Order: sequence, then structure tokens, then C-alpha cells
Amino acid sequence: MTLVVESPGLLSLVQDLGRPGLGHLGVSRSGAFDRTALRQVNALLGNHPGCAAIELLGGGLVLRAERSVNVAVTGGAGSITIDGDPAAYGRAVPLQSGQRLAVGASRSGLRSYVGVSGGLLIAEELGSRSTDTLAGLGPAALAVGDRLELGPPSPRPDLEDVPPLGRTGDLTLEVAIGPRDDWFTVAAVRLLLESSWHVDTSSDRVGVRLTGPALERSRTDELPSEPCVRGSIQVTAEGRPIVLGPDHPVTGGYPVIAVVLDRHTDQLAQAVPGRTVRFTRAVARS
Amino acid sequence: MNLRPYGDTALLLDCESLDEAQSWFAALHDQAEAVLGARTVLLRGDPGTLWSLVDQTRPADSVALPGQPEIEVPVTYDGADLGDVARLTGLSVDEVVEAHTGTPWTVAFGGFAPGFSYLVGGDPRLHVPRRESPRARVPAGSVGVAGEFSGVYPRQSPGGWQLVGHTELAMWDTGREPPALLVAGMAVRFVAR
Repeated sequence: MTLVVESPGLLSLVQDLGRPGLGHLGVSRSGAFDRTALRQVNALLGNHPGCAAIELLGGGLVLRAERSVNVAVTGGAGSITIDGDPAAYGRAVPLQSGQRLAVGASRSGLRSYVGVSGGLLIAEELGSRSTDTLAGLGPAALAVGDRLELGPPSPRPDLEDVPPLGRTGDLTLEVAIGPRDDWFTVAAVRLLLESSWHVDTSSDRVGVRLTGPALERSRTDELPSEPCVRGSIQVTAEGRPIVLGPDHPVTGGYPVIAVVLDRHTDQLAQAVPGRTVRFTRAVARS
Repeated sequence: MNLRPYGDTALLLDCESLDEAQSWFAALHDQAEAVLGARTVLLRGDPGTLWSLVDQTRPADSVALPGQPEIEVPVTYDGADLGDVARLTGLSVDEVVEAHTGTPWTVAFGGFAPGFSYLVGGDPRLHVPRRESPRARVPAGSVGVAGEFSGVYPRQSPGGWQLVGHTELAMWDTGREPPALLVAGMAVRFVAR
């Protein structure tokens, strides 16, 4: 018992790299939305890349240390303070016993990753400590007074700093068209690639909902439910695209017009509502 | 069967029928991470490697379903879309309930969410489209119909199926082995209460 949650902020979830390979049970991978930021925070602390950390949405997290421990913050964090004094972003910093770490909201991102040396040792469910918000697997969201158990501290933290997240402009994501582009008009596929989309406030870890022109279907029958992945762009019957996130349903009944390349899906974790998203056809690499 | 690229981490086998998809799933699920859909199998991994794997594989001749007992699911038919289902099918509300309870359903495959099973083989008069726009929150235990399927939402989640009622039975419990109440091959009979 070494870290006490004094305030969980808007939403603080425990996330690691999720539950791969359980799709046949109806269980999605889940895990950190911004996997790059989770790996960075663990590298800074000398942790295994899949150690569990806190995924904070917005800001307002306050943690108090009950023993001295190294902490680090990556992702879309705003102000970071220790007992009110500014602390570095993207660097392992010591939090002494009794000190408070506070993480504020950023304008350039949405989710910050707060890691501790040794990682969070919360009980696993189906092999992971991640909270799957759709499936109801893993630990509950952090609440005031929660006491977090930590693993044994890592001997060798990484001394290299992580540069701040520079994601303020429009977001351009590479997509592979299909598998169900033939369910849409040619104009709809063009609109997907040529329009400026805006992140809707109803977006969450299940899916990032986008507003823009309606994408018209070329056929009106129902698609038999089929498996989908993180990054699938489903289009609802009303023609609205939803880019699936880490807690996506394992199967879905809306046709997928295109799929965001896996390495580009991390950026969606930081897509603040209102932000502009554009899709561009993936360049084939050999 | 059509093989379709699916982003940079998967391939989709697009089949003519659920039977064909099940045959491919049976042949492939030991060799790659595979998820079954109603007409499709999604394989996860490097698309080039998966493409060669499918090229060298033939669908299984038989899809052995384990023998399972019939299970009764008591349902209170008070769903928010019961009236819409009646209108879409041309049946009365009572006839919708009779159709839903009249024949046993079979668990075809899991998916959508943990403990959610796609049930097939029900009364064909109940084939209705999904809702125009999915609900953000469907309560746990809601019983729905969509297309050729019926199913029970294991927990509160978004959902686009037409809701006809609800049950108190727990569909998913990770403290149980297996965690899902309904497993592939099981016969399910809905009983009005």
C-alpha cells in the first residue's frame, strides 16, 4: 500500500497492454488507448513495457505516496506538480513519502499515463489488469481513498526524457479502404477521404464518433454481424462514422468502410472533442 | 469464400453462409487467432502470412458441436421495441411473444461482448432490421432480436437490436467456468413469465 488516490479526476482507469487472443470468448483486447504513451512511461521507469499504469482522462488526479517511489507522466498531460511545485513531463521523478502528485488536463491531448516504478499490482482478470469499459472486465475506475499496491521497484530507470506530445493540429490518419467499401456509394468513399471530420463529445474508449457529411450506402440490406478490430471505421445507418477504440465490441453489424492502420490508432486516444480528423489512403510499403 | 484485406493487422474470410464460416473457423482457429461472425471469419496477424495460411487450408468437412442440454431462459416481455417489432413483422404483440417462445433457438457463436451469444433457428417471422441508430445504453438482461438472430445483453452496453423483453439470468460471470452461460451448440428456449 504505497499510493493513495486523493482525487481520481474526471476518470482514472488502470490499463496495461490488454487481453489479446480472447476474441472467440467475446472479449476484446482493451488495454491502454495510447499504447505508445504507456510504453514510454514504463520505459522511463525501467518497467516491463506491459506494466499497469493509470490512464487519466482530462485532469484532476491527485495521488499521495506512503513510501518514496519514482513516478512518471506521459501522454496528453497538462500541469504536473509535486506538493504544488512544477514537475517534469516525460521524466522519472522521485515522489517522497507523504508528497502529493497532481496531474492537470492538457489542451494538446486527452489522456495522460501516470506510471510508478514497479507498476500497479491490482488483481488480474482473464490475464490482464486493464479495465474494459464495455465488457465490464478488470478493476473499477479509481475512487477517492483507493490504496494502490505497487510491484518491486525497477533497478534501472531510463534517463532519457520523452518529448512533450505535440499533437495540436489536425489529425491525419492513414486508412486501408474496405472491407465493406462496396456497401457505400463511390461518393461516400471519396467523402470519407476528402472531408474534415470532427470528434464528437460522445466519444469514448469504445469508439470515437465523428461528425461531418453523411456517408451514403449503395445497398440498404443488413450486414450480418462480423468481427471488427481497433481502428475499424463503422458507419451507422444514419451515415455517421465511428472509429472503434480499445474497448470495441468483438463483432458489429454496421459495415466497415475502412480501417485505420494500427499504429495510427494511438493518436485517437488524444483526440479532444472538436478536433479535426482527416483520413488518407495508406501508402503501400514493401 | 472471398478473402478480403482488413486493415494492416487482419484478414476477413467472407462466406456465403454461417455453415461455411463455421467450417473455415473449425479449420483455422488452431493455427491463427480467429473470430467467427455470422458469415465471416476474422483472422488476426500479418496479412501476408495469413493469406498463405488460408491458401494452404481447406474448410473442415464437419463442424462438430458439443452435445449440450437445452436451457430455459425466463423472459418478461416488456421490451421498449416490442411495439416496433409487432409493426415490422405485421404480428400482434402477443404473436411476437408466441413466436419468440414457440421454437427453441441454437447458440451459433459468441461475440459482440463477453457472454453475448448469437442465437439462430428461431421463428423466421421475427426477422427484423436493427434499430436505425444504436442505443447508447441497453440494460443488462435485455432480450433483443435483429436479422435472423436473438440474444441477451449480458451487461449494460450500447446496442442496436430491437428489445422485446428482459431476463434476470446472469449471462456472464468470470467466477464461473465457463464464464458464459450460453455456449455454442446449446439449445435455448425462451419462456414468458
